[in-house]
Amino acid sequence: MNKIIRYVFVDLLRNRTIIFYTILLLILSISVFSMEDNYEKGLVSLLNIVLFVVPLVSIVFSSIYLYNSAEFINLLVSQPLKRENIWLSIFVGLAGALCLSFLIGVGIPTIIYAYSTSGLTLIGCGLLLTLIFVAIAMWTSVLIRDKAKGIGLAILLWLYFGLLFDALVLFMLFQFSDYPIENIMVGLSMFNPIDICRILILLQLDLSAMMGYTGAIFREFFGNALGMGITLVVMFLWCIIPLWLSVRHFKKKDL
Amino acid sequence: MINIQHISKDFGKFKVLKDITLSLDGGECVALIGPNGSGKTTLIKSILGMVVPNAGIIQFEGQNIQHKYTYRNEIGYMPQVGQYPENMTIGQVFDMMKDIRKMPDSQLDYELYNSFDLPALLGKRMGTLSGGTRQKVSACLAFMFNPKALILDEPTAGLDPLSSEILKAKIQKEMKQNKLIIISSHVLSDLDDLVSQIIYLQDGKLIFHKSLNQLKQDTGTDKLSKAIAKVMAVPDHKI
Repeated sequence: MNKIIRYVFVDLLRNRTIIFYTILLLILSISVFSMEDNYEKGLVSLLNIVLFVVPLVSIVFSSIYLYNSAEFINLLVSQPLKRENIWLSIFVGLAGALCLSFLIGVGIPTIIYAYSTSGLTLIGCGLLLTLIFVAIAMWTSVLIRDKAKGIGLAILLWLYFGLLFDALVLFMLFQFSDYPIENIMVGLSMFNPIDICRILILLQLDLSAMMGYTGAIFREFFGNALGMGITLVVMFLWCIIPLWLSVRHFKKKDL
Repeated sequence: MINIQHISKDFGKFKVLKDITLSLDGGECVALIGPNGSGKTTLIKSILGMVVPNAGIIQFEGQNIQHKYTYRNEIGYMPQVGQYPENMTIGQVFDMMKDIRKMPDSQLDYELYNSFDLPALLGKRMGTLSGGTRQKVSACLAFMFNPKALILDEPTAGLDPLSSEILKAKIQKEMKQNKLIIISSHVLSDLDDLVSQIIYLQDGKLIFHKSLNQLKQDTGTDKLSKAIAKVMAVPDHKI
């Protein structure tokens, strides 16, 4: 199993897209931190970039990589290897390479310029988001054989999590603004890993004071250990469930 | 060595294999022949566990292969189109396969590797290789680990005449070592002096499985290509 992880990982480290992604993140983080004199402001700007770029690159790049390595996966399956191990190794290799890019591109500048709880939360959230969106890409690409459709679905899913979900939540918020729906909002946010990250990081910053009553509810939920525990569990579920589904499907797939 | 009992496979409504029963033993070189889309590659992939049949069992040396993977240590497979990670060099691909198979270096079969002159190309990236060179890499990988059974899907397609002769000589040599060799090919002239048995598939059905001499006798021809042409010309294949 380790060998396949190593080969996927080494293959990816030489990949131009990964190198470009790392450099892009690095330039963005350094320029954001150099422009803002207050590191908290810098973190908020960086947060918005991270929540936009990381899921997009993780899901689309992983899908393309998986479709392009279809023949390579076939080759591995014809060798004396267990299918689960092949699939999980590819996941670890992909997620590892993307996490490394993120750590170099965002992690190191954040530690240098904004070493704080909120900065560390941002790094942790970015890494978790990478894992989650790689896992989702693994699932969609094992389900859909056609490359164009698969990549299309990846982009659609990203649009859904990045934009559409928030629009739907806003729509609900206005429709039901006469009712006390703050607790439901906390529950709803659990259905979108990107939202969870956004809330988690904003609550670490003083800015959350600006969020009014909903902010207070969020602070109450996410502020205590139980709420944090539940949030972490939900984030891990977001990663494990798609991965598990993909492994289950891959074991029976005709190649 | 390989025992196939009543396997069927469908992809949706399309029935690719219909109730195929075969028994193949070592020391034979079996040609898998049939028109395009007759299920040859699906049959090969079922033996390798890459395609899971809907019904029936496949045994390798008496063991049911379902949910197993160690039996593939004994099979060398050369795919129709061998594709490898573009960024890896030939040397790295060989290292990876050696890592996967975990066979001591002294037991490896470097004959094809040397006669195809691959050591000179080790630093080249897979993405820059021509189709023929990829075929050579696939062939070397299939033969390198001294497997008991070799499955070659269109082995000579894309190879130059010289390399194709080297490969054929190697196949004949392996056959004498009591190995089972399964070749699927459309180049019948290549198969003539190579194979000992013929399996003919059409529309997913096994039409016949007989020795080459028997087939030549039955059709009254002296060349495989003529014999097959004669078989295909007869609509219900009652030869």
